[in-house]
Amino acid sequence: MKPGSTLAACTALVRRDLTLVWRRRGDAANPILFALIVVALFPLALGPEPEQLRRISIGVVFVAVLLAGLLALDSLFRADWEDGSLEQLVLSPHPLSLLLACKIGVHWATTALPLILVSPLLGELLHLDPALRWLLPSALLLATPLLSLLGAVCVALTVGMRRAGMLLALLVLPLYVPVLIFGAGACDAAQAGLPFLAPLLWLGAALALALVLAPLACAAALRISLS
Amino acid sequence: MNAFMLWFHRMGSPPTAYRIAGRAVPWCYGLGLVLAAIALYGGLVLAPRDYQQGDAYRIIFIHVPCAWMSLFAYFFMAANAFIALIWRIKLSEVLAMAAAPAGAAFTFVTLVTGSLWGKPMWGTWWTWDARLTSELVLLFLYLGVIGLHAAIEDRRQAARAAGFLALVGIVNIPIVHFSVNWWNTLHQGSTVRLLGPSKIDASMAWPLLLMALATHVWFFGSVLARTRNGLLELDAGKDWVRAIALAERTRGGD
Repeated sequence: MKPGSTLAACTALVRRDLTLVWRRRGDAANPILFALIVVALFPLALGPEPEQLRRISIGVVFVAVLLAGLLALDSLFRADWEDGSLEQLVLSPHPLSLLLACKIGVHWATTALPLILVSPLLGELLHLDPALRWLLPSALLLATPLLSLLGAVCVALTVGMRRAGMLLALLVLPLYVPVLIFGAGACDAAQAGLPFLAPLLWLGAALALALVLAPLACAAALRISLS
Repeated sequence: MNAFMLWFHRMGSPPTAYRIAGRAVPWCYGLGLVLAAIALYGGLVLAPRDYQQGDAYRIIFIHVPCAWMSLFAYFFMAANAFIALIWRIKLSEVLAMAAAPAGAAFTFVTLVTGSLWGKPMWGTWWTWDARLTSELVLLFLYLGVIGLHAAIEDRRQAARAAGFLALVGIVNIPIVHFSVNWWNTLHQGSTVRLLGPSKIDASMAWPLLLMALATHVWFFGSVLARTRNGLLELDAGKDWVRAIALAERTRGGD
């Protein structure tokens, strides 16, 4: 690997981001705790009847993961914006979209992947159908990268704003609607004994498209916000 | 530079656009009002009662044109945002952002009139029908664009960021519509549909089309009026704005 090459830059960026997360590993647990608490609120509000909880379990887990991801989105560029390294990224000679894709990838792996790992536990809390124990994480595995990629485009637009939280939710959530419908829809169909492969394939297709296009859009958005 | 390009550049310059928009606004509003009044008379008085829905169907003379406009305004906004982002034309930035509140208003009216119609017809104010849900998401997209535009201090940067969001949203609209359609049909087979435009009788069709024309004209009036304000705000401190402000002051406060 030649120093100064694009590959070296990407590796350095990934290593740096991972190190930063590792130095503050306590923060990495926050999305999990948030999702856990949100899921725990539903039995408290709706009553503990297993049948009722089973019926809503998929939707609740999906929405909890989605909201946890939304809260975590803010940290994608926040620290880099504050210490100025984001501008250095934009100024670097390497393709910005590729660098951003690395950043989004690391962010996904450190915020969404742990959520997917605990999603069977979240489902168990709501008496999820045992047959869906593996389908739910697989659907999340396809859906959460899409959420991260779409979210990154919107975060790039709000970077540098002091209070972006509520605005970010307003920008991001309409874009999340199809992902939620297909992801939760696949699991719902499986629970009802219907074929569930088609929505998962749609999610996969959307993910393939977003993997290529979202980093480009994210780079364009970031250039607008930093101009 | 040929005459067309000259004309094009002159139209795009804020002072000229401000002047021409100022001349067009009263015409747009006036024509819109007259057309809407004729269409309302035709729809509410002349058109026959529906054999099934009675008089309640007459709300479509507001509802359907507004629903068309909610999409048209979005396309107008996105097209202008595209022009603004690619060719950096100031006027397009202002036009795109002026279309957002008007489009949001049309979407809101669509939702409100739809639920007013739904209460006597379906027995409920709201149902998670595919069209209703996509219209609601469209409203959220509009509000997102308006919110982002309001949140950024620098006006040109705000317009570019919000315009970019509008373009991301236009990719999203068909996907949302398709996915919501799929989601709905998975759960319940058939849903109540509005009258198809092809199945509508001519006595009901002409007020509908006239109203659609009226809403278009009104929309352009509203967009141009907002554009004038946007141009003044954007160019505040420029000479032509100062001249207008001074003229206003000498005319208003003596």
